Amino acid sequence: MATASVAHHDGAVHDHHDHEHHDNFITKYIFSTDHKMIGKQFLVTGIFWAIIGGFLSILFRLQLGFPEMNLEFLRPLLGGWIDEGGKLDPTFYLALVTMHGTIMVFFVLTAGLSGTFSNFLIPLQIGARDMASGFMNMLSYWFFFLSSVIMFISLFIKTGPAGGGWVVYPPLSALEQAIPGSGLGMTLWLVAMTFFIASSLLGGINYITTVINLRTKGMSFSRLPLTIWAFFLTAVIGLLSFPVLFAAALLLVFDRSFGTSFYLSDIYVAGEALPNTGGSPVLYQHLFWFLGHPEVYIVLLPALGITSEVIATNSRKPIFGYKAMVVSMLGITILSFIVWAHHMFVSGMNPFLGSIFMFLTLIIAVPSAVKVFNYLTTLWRGNLIFTPAMLFSIGLVSFFISGGLTGIFLGNSAIDIQLHDTYFVVAHFHLVMGSASFFGLLAGVYHWFPKMFGRMLDARLGYIHFWLTFVGVYMVFFPMHYIGIAGFPRRYYSWTNFEFSNMYTDLNMFVSVAAIITFAAQFIFLFNFFYSMYRGRKATQNPWRSTTLEWTTPIEPGHGNWPGEIPTVYRWPYDYSKPGAAEDFIPQTVPLSQTPESNLPHEQELVKLELEIMKDEAEVLVANESKH
Amino acid sequence: MEKELKYIDIVEQPISMHPKKFALWLFLVTVVMIFAALTSAYIVRQSEGNWLEYELPEIFWVTSGIVLLSSVTLQWSYVSAKKDNFVSLRLGMLLTVLLGIAFLVGQWYSWIALVDRDVFFVGNPAGSFLYVFTGLHALHLISGVIFLIIVLISTFRLKVHSKSLNTMEMATTYWHFLGGLWLYLFMFLLLNH
Repeated sequence: MATASVAHHDGAVHDHHDHEHHDNFITKYIFSTDHKMIGKQFLVTGIFWAIIGGFLSILFRLQLGFPEMNLEFLRPLLGGWIDEGGKLDPTFYLALVTMHGTIMVFFVLTAGLSGTFSNFLIPLQIGARDMASGFMNMLSYWFFFLSSVIMFISLFIKTGPAGGGWVVYPPLSALEQAIPGSGLGMTLWLVAMTFFIASSLLGGINYITTVINLRTKGMSFSRLPLTIWAFFLTAVIGLLSFPVLFAAALLLVFDRSFGTSFYLSDIYVAGEALPNTGGSPVLYQHLFWFLGHPEVYIVLLPALGITSEVIATNSRKPIFGYKAMVVSMLGITILSFIVWAHHMFVSGMNPFLGSIFMFLTLIIAVPSAVKVFNYLTTLWRGNLIFTPAMLFSIGLVSFFISGGLTGIFLGNSAIDIQLHDTYFVVAHFHLVMGSASFFGLLAGVYHWFPKMFGRMLDARLGYIHFWLTFVGVYMVFFPMHYIGIAGFPRRYYSWTNFEFSNMYTDLNMFVSVAAIITFAAQFIFLFNFFYSMYRGRKATQNPWRSTTLEWTTPIEPGHGNWPGEIPTVYRWPYDYSKPGAAEDFIPQTVPLSQTPESNLPHEQELVKLELEIMKDEAEVLVANESKH
Repeated sequence: MEKELKYIDIVEQPISMHPKKFALWLFLVTVVMIFAALTSAYIVRQSEGNWLEYELPEIFWVTSGIVLLSSVTLQWSYVSAKKDNFVSLRLGMLLTVLLGIAFLVGQWYSWIALVDRDVFFVGNPAGSFLYVFTGLHALHLISGVIFLIIVLISTFRLKVHSKSLNTMEMATTYWHFLGGLWLYLFMFLLLNH
């Protein structure tokens, strides 16, 4: 041990001494290599996108809920997309749906969630000065920023943004003449996504390297907080699946711009035969969903990790089944790669293949149920403290259950024939993936805001925000199950002319009103966020009385996180309400030898070993001091 | 707002691999995934029929030989660096760069050979896939050549020696990987065309 720590005086060490910190505005707030600032950059950009994405959904909810409404008042904003009669343009409606999906899935819940919390929390919770490569980390943000700019510009071009749905299936997306949304908007979509993939990969490589290489002394994998496990596995999923999306997009670019026929075959557009032969559109679906399904877990796992941490802290209880949580996340990670074709049950796939994918899909219910069970058993008889973060975490568990159950229906290849592409699917994934992940994001912001900005968010506004959002989300998505079962298809611009759907006017109106209220409630949070950043109550060092390492840093940590030495870790992160202990939490940095009153028998045996190691390290420290 | 901090201690590294090297391996994983996706797309598409049959350009045998040879010269150069033998280090690096460029030229001629037998980028996916495989691999190989040139320059500044091998090791890993990747693609095409 002693020799090992002496041997590592090279490389990374000198980086810190070399550039003394002469931060000016640009290096501190813009081209920052500090993981905390980069995390905040991701958060603010994510919030910006969430407002845009949410607003787009309000626009199409107006069309769906109030088909007769005169939208003339939107003309100053939408211009030509409102026609003479004050109606929303149908092609723009398709673009709205597409962009809402793209923005929410990739820009908000991937970059805004993983980007924010992986960056912010990984070094703080594992005890590292910064990410493995600060420069790559900065590059990751700026690729994301570039991608954002391109995607944002595409909202304002004459032919409108991409309109083929967020999955951009060819041939619709491959042929410029098919719909206006397959023109320049689609090209910009592909360019933006390419930069986005580069950003995700740069970030992901950094997260994995940091977690594996830069943990502090004593921080073994079995002592990692579950947040870090979640971020780590998320990064692994991204690393394996985003390149496949890149391959799919690359072939699509060739089909669109170079005239190849990877996805195109025997197509007539406006009575004219296209020269393309030999392509296969199902090929694209395979490639896309090989990313697309793991993407669901890229979005969800970080939220589940954050929830584990928040629920354990605010129940003042150790997380129930730590190992089961880790194993179930590993199980989800592996399974996420072998279920993609359940999105394609009605795409003309071999039905036998469908049965296999159905079987694999239903297995995911097992690790998911283990996680839900562990959340509930952690809450069970805990000393619950209902902070806003805690409420949002419990809300996540609620959505995870109610949205997860409908997944079992949709995973059945026979039932899927009826439910596919209906609002039942929309309701399912908005609850289990959209709202659950969004609640995880909010829980994280409420919980770690004091660490980010040194001030507290206002709790009362947090409670109002929570209840409006929680009730609102159920009011929006619960009715959708019913209209979905009735066969109401998603992505339709107009439905009032069909016998089977025209009786749902009231229900749709209800959903739209609920959506508007829920969207409006988010502005309470926005106000709270920006107001508290400057005027909030000053935070204490450990406001939630939590055990993890980030709360041992100064209230506003500088670049490098800990002044002086990085703390050593002596125990797992969930020593809450340990019998015999004076306080109801014992930070990870407290050695077992200092807590003989609360040690369990097997821990008492470790004390001797621990004292030996500490003695060795004290010697090393003295040796280091004399060198400097 | 944020205070200046003074550091006195050292970043502990629980495993001995250099973080940048580890990151390189992760990058290689992403490249593997791209080509795994493309080659499996090839198989899936091929099994659906309507597939153009054609002979692979013979020059692929030559370029495969070149890429193998370049790995040998680079390894020689790397061993020399370990022994602080600067002359053969530079010679090996230079040879590898030249062989890398020769490989790229060879791949270009393979495209000419394809055009000669009426296999075009635009047309049946059987041909298009071949262009994508070789083109995307060549793109990665160009980045490898640039990396090698950077290392070559730093050998002249005496920055590569037995005590400072990190960059050299990373360049070697990347180059061997790219060579291996080409051999995989070539084998794959031999077996599945």
